[in-house]
Amino acid sequence: MADLSVNFAGIKSPNPFWLASAPPTNMGSMVERAFDAGWGGAVWKTLGEPIVNVSSRLAALDNGATRMIGLNNIELITDRPLEVNLREMYECKKKYPHHAVIASLMVESKREAWHEIVKRTQDTGCDGFELNFGCPHGMSERGMGAAMGQVPEYTCMVTEWVKEVSNLPVIVKLTPNVTNILPPGLAAMRGGADAVSLIITINSVMGVDIDTMIPYPNVNGMAAHGGYCGTAVKPIALNMVSELARHDEFNIPISGIGGINNWRDAVEFLLLGAGNVQVCTAVMHYGYRIVEDMIDGLNNYLDEKGFASVNDIVGRSVNRVTDWGNLDLNYKVVARVNPENCIKCNLCYVACEDGAHQCFDFDANKFPVVDEHECVGCNLCALVCPSPGAISMVRLDDGSKPMNWREYSKNI
Amino acid sequence: MAELEHEQIERNFAEINPPLSQAEAVFEANRCLYCFDAPCMHACPTHIDVPSFIKKIASGNLLGSARVIFDANPIGATCARVCPVEVLCEGACVEKTLMAKPIEIGRLQRYATDYAMNSGRKIYQAGAPNGKSVAVIGSGPAGLSCATFLARLGYAVTIFDKKPLPGGLDTYGMAEYKMTQAVSVKEAEQVADLGVVFRLDTEIISNAENQKPSAENQISFADLQTDFDAVFVGIGLGATNRLNLVDENLDGVIDALDFIERIKTRDWKSVPLGKTVAVIGAGNTAIDAVTQAKRLGAERVLMVYRRTERDISAYQYEYELAKKDGVEFVWQAAPIGILTDADGRISALQCEKTDGSLRLFEIPCDMIIKAIGQTKQTGFLQNIGIQFDEKGRVAVNELMQTSNPKIFAGGDCVNGGAEAVDAAQMGKHAAGGIHFVLSGEHAEFAGARIAPIEKIPAH
Repeated sequence: MADLSVNFAGIKSPNPFWLASAPPTNMGSMVERAFDAGWGGAVWKTLGEPIVNVSSRLAALDNGATRMIGLNNIELITDRPLEVNLREMYECKKKYPHHAVIASLMVESKREAWHEIVKRTQDTGCDGFELNFGCPHGMSERGMGAAMGQVPEYTCMVTEWVKEVSNLPVIVKLTPNVTNILPPGLAAMRGGADAVSLIITINSVMGVDIDTMIPYPNVNGMAAHGGYCGTAVKPIALNMVSELARHDEFNIPISGIGGINNWRDAVEFLLLGAGNVQVCTAVMHYGYRIVEDMIDGLNNYLDEKGFASVNDIVGRSVNRVTDWGNLDLNYKVVARVNPENCIKCNLCYVACEDGAHQCFDFDANKFPVVDEHECVGCNLCALVCPSPGAISMVRLDDGSKPMNWREYSKNI
Repeated sequence: MAELEHEQIERNFAEINPPLSQAEAVFEANRCLYCFDAPCMHACPTHIDVPSFIKKIASGNLLGSARVIFDANPIGATCARVCPVEVLCEGACVEKTLMAKPIEIGRLQRYATDYAMNSGRKIYQAGAPNGKSVAVIGSGPAGLSCATFLARLGYAVTIFDKKPLPGGLDTYGMAEYKMTQAVSVKEAEQVADLGVVFRLDTEIISNAENQKPSAENQISFADLQTDFDAVFVGIGLGATNRLNLVDENLDGVIDALDFIERIKTRDWKSVPLGKTVAVIGAGNTAIDAVTQAKRLGAERVLMVYRRTERDISAYQYEYELAKKDGVEFVWQAAPIGILTDADGRISALQCEKTDGSLRLFEIPCDMIIKAIGQTKQTGFLQNIGIQFDEKGRVAVNELMQTSNPKIFAGGDCVNGGAEAVDAAQMGKHAAGGIHFVLSGEHAEFAGARIAPIEKIPAH
């Protein structure tokens, strides 16, 4: 059994799986049930001035028969009185001293307001703060949430305000609704943040009911853009996490969030530099119970790979991400079909014919065959192939030395 | 005998393959890989573009889905229920090799066609009248298919059928737990909606001298030849073959097709049924007879076959169904006589073992159902003067044209007896043939042939 415990920016938890600030952490009883199920930490639903929500609030993206590969919401921060949340947080922390309880905060952009909520909240015994600079809907129209996170100067300034009075580690939650994640990430660091967490949700219109012609989610015939999350956003999150992780100047821990459904997803975030992960949508879909396999699967993975601790894999793939210009132009792979596993669905053929480089022919037995001279090694056929082992990408090594684009362009 | 309650029989005849719910259909449709040049499409005799209709179910375009089906097969709703999908489309499905569970193409086809037929929306559009007319004899799958494709090209088509309901064996010959008459009749109504005229209860009398129309509902074949520009013969096969036994005409000896047809009324008590039923034959019709005899409440049902279990012509899944229904099997037994009791009622079927021992034995029974294949209607064919082969099958060229250039044929009378879907494809080809002969033009019907793909070797 590997050691799954983590110390994230000074915050200890029995495992790297935290619940993200969202409906699953709305109140003490929920967080306590989550801890009982095995979650290592929970970021409380964002505290602030209580708001009034709309109905309905959520909408989902399905893929075929698979429900909810993406979710969006227009729910705001907590609608419960601050003192109720603080009391429950206090009780929860007392009951679960070894679990991480993080207070997510969002108030108007005034120094006194931030000072006040930080001071009131840290008396609960919570383990740290997460500053919600990310929500792209509703709160941003009031100058909070993403309105903070999209302006690096504001991000830095508010982080500084919080650090002025906080005795606890401060995590800045970053919005992905920026063209480049580096400036806000570095600004949080400059402001004294102990860590960042990302990504929060992405601006989105989830779809339109084509019968009523009203977009989702329908609020009395109208809709507003909301925050997009779930499986479908994982690649965006992985990119942003790795962009920060591989940046020379960036040297504070990252809490990875975005489309984590299981231990495999979590491992990917950890490998790309996240020190722990936060989960929301998968829990909203299937409940707290999913953490059992996250813990079990991560444990088995670490044992199998010979790692004693989860910390041993953090960042292991960071230096495998580079700029395109550093990639080896002389590396060549081609697709090869293994007739033993081929089911003759011809999806490789049509994908290559209409979507790639027309490299497929057929043998006398109607098995697809790749013309390796034409194949550019794009992977498309292998990606569409439904039959495991039927198409493999094989390296053709002609002995050439690696040469990247920078070197190549010098030579022409 | 202890008769089954009406409710129990109703339950026994409940659909063996119930419709898919919307959730099931969407799930199953999404499981389809959408193969390119898909094997299911090749395996379907009418070459329905299966991946296309399934993806339309997945996208919620059910009318479009049904059009893809009916475009290639005008009896697509019937075929969805009675096709031997295990050996056709589903047997070819690549999911079978991937995960041993093919896509339920038949039930998906039913889902789409049910929707379309219940929607009240028109599936087809009749072509602008081209001034030419075609008579179709027989409203079975071949005739309905031929009529549909011709009507869509603008032909004035009249279908003649001696039965009161349209559909041929689709209506009168399918096991009741597979399909009720309502489905095939509704499918025929779809054809009628194209402007095809149905003259039911009408017999076509061939040209032999002693066979002049004698009743109101009889028309001579010669008149058809005069009144129409072409005639399509889709008359199927004739009566069940004889066993050539003494006493074969006893009460209690019945043709399987008659037995099945009487069940179609769903007036269960009116169907003759013994306590112990011996069914002679081991084809798919024999299976329909044994399973339905059992479901009606016969205490023992025995399938008697002169060869071995390995030699049966019934599909494996049909055989499995009979076994599941508790049917008993008597292999290598050739019927040689029927024994009766003092009152002249059947008491046993006398058989001889065909395993070389020539041992005689009796199968006690009070009812005998003959399911040993149908005769050919060679008398009719001879009288109308078209050639047939040594097996009594109508000889046709690639246009489905007979030895008489004005007469075309398709279905069981041409192939000697096959599936409804095969007949539908022949009807389609015949429509193309008729159109070519009458207009000199080639019509491109969906699924008439599969367009070759340059790089993929032909199947």
